[in-house]
Amino acid sequence: MRQFSLLSRTAGAAFMTPAGVLIGAFVIAPFFWVIYVSFTNRTLLGRTALNPEFVGLANYISLFDAGSFFTRGEFGFSLILTVQFVLFSALIGQAVLGMLLAWMLQSVPKSLKRLTEMVVIAAWILPEVVIAFAWFAFLDYDDGTLNMIMDALGLPRGDWLLSFPFWVIVVFNTWRGTAFSMMLFNSAFSSIPPSYFQAADVAGASSWQKFRDIGLPLIRGHVVTDLILITMWTFNVFTPFLLTAGGPSYRTEILPIYTYRVAFRDFEFGKGAAVGVIVMLINLVFALFYLWVARKRTAKVVA
Amino acid sequence: MTRYMSLYFTRIGFSVATALIGVFFALPLVWFIFAPFNPRAELGLAIPDPFSLSNFETVFQNTFALRGLWNSLLQSVGGVVLVGGGATLASYALSRSPIPGKHIITYILLLFSSVVAGSAAMVPIFLIINGMGLIDTHIAVIMVFAGGLLPTAMFILRDFIDGIPRSYEESAMVAGASPVQAFFDVALPVIRPGVVVVVVWAFVNIWGSFLIPFILLRSSEKMPASVAIYSFYSEAGTPIVTLLAAYSLIYSLPVIALYLFVSWKFGFRFFGGIKA
Repeated sequence: MRQFSLLSRTAGAAFMTPAGVLIGAFVIAPFFWVIYVSFTNRTLLGRTALNPEFVGLANYISLFDAGSFFTRGEFGFSLILTVQFVLFSALIGQAVLGMLLAWMLQSVPKSLKRLTEMVVIAAWILPEVVIAFAWFAFLDYDDGTLNMIMDALGLPRGDWLLSFPFWVIVVFNTWRGTAFSMMLFNSAFSSIPPSYFQAADVAGASSWQKFRDIGLPLIRGHVVTDLILITMWTFNVFTPFLLTAGGPSYRTEILPIYTYRVAFRDFEFGKGAAVGVIVMLINLVFALFYLWVARKRTAKVVA
Repeated sequence: MTRYMSLYFTRIGFSVATALIGVFFALPLVWFIFAPFNPRAELGLAIPDPFSLSNFETVFQNTFALRGLWNSLLQSVGGVVLVGGGATLASYALSRSPIPGKHIITYILLLFSSVVAGSAAMVPIFLIINGMGLIDTHIAVIMVFAGGLLPTAMFILRDFIDGIPRSYEESAMVAGASPVQAFFDVALPVIRPGVVVVVVWAFVNIWGSFLIPFILLRSSEKMPASVAIYSFYSEAGTPIVTLLAAYSLIYSLPVIALYLFVSWKFGFRFFGGIKA
């Protein structure tokens, strides 16, 4: 039997128009426009602002220039820094801490669970400028809470943002984003039938054994989902800019900040666009991988 | 017996470890709880003596600070109207009309929106807005936010709408309603919880965002609170702490309120899954 349609094709198209125009202009067009601009020497002011010239692969060649690739403040340095940033703050920091929290929260008193979830989630939902300001105060050399604690513990004070800027943004991003992994793993664990764990308890299994042999294998799909999502978000996160502005001397200039500086501080839109294209291609690989994993999982459920 | 002992010790060990991690998460925020109420607040942690609301008075006397909040509201509400309206119409059409390839469309749009993200996307978006002559306008900020958030909003709403039996609207139409009436009078009231979720999610996203207004706006009287807050630093880069602390708290309140609203209404796991 042919299914009767509630909306005619014309009405459907009309309903799609407002969203279609906005997405077309500000999501799809930028994707193609950035590719075009990356082959030009477009600038903000001057002659090349109105009549940019086609420069072929010059922007890409300058990004991958072997002589300066790994120099601070150049593309290669920034790319490697970003990989380290994602590895330490997302894959190790957020995912491991989120997993640890989700697992432990299963067996701690209700009030402690509530309280811990509240602060972890607060770190995640508050506006980024507020969080950056709170951390600025927290890390202040003279009065900051962190140095106050170091004093109380008899440890040496640190000028954290100057001495360890990279590790500051790693810890900062871990702190900021752990909530998502925690909540995802939390709901994944609570979907496991309690009888599995009860049976293991009767057999005298330790918490680690239960985690390794029951908990982790059963939520493997969620772990993959989580890892891809937090990798994509961390790869594009701009918030560390509010804490360090990429400095001191480019030591925290991850790719989103590098792109911003090249395009909007140095006003080299052509080169900025080339970086943008590379970043978007990396995003595309992650996104396609994610869709592939998600499809495989739904296919399994259906089968 | 030993088994119960070991379960008991695991519980104690986990509680201690959880509490320590909780402290790690709470520490950077402790200062922020006291400073807004301390008329002599500095970057150091101090219990206000006396507790005072004078910092808030300063904020409410500062027209620039108030305008920042007003601009945030304007841009968030504008964006939310476009996202809520656009996504409801589009996802309803995707669910109920015979548009070819409609299952693929949502996925492709979602793919684009996760690829065209962050400061990489701001390079072409800036040039497009510049080409339209819309640099330094509220509408530019509103439209760019709406475009970026719409695919996810449509994805969430389509799930909602697909879950509603078509027979609701079919019986309305058998009774003589036009398709548009069936949408507004029958489907829309049923979809409303989904629209609320999308609206709250979009609002929180726009309200807290820094990068898009930072790049697309020029004049200080159009800046939303997230950007305006940076004018409360002196020339030397030292913050005017009293003003900043109170302002940050006021600026955070809508987000906290909406979070509490959603977790009360839907349970917070729901909200958790859909941020960002």
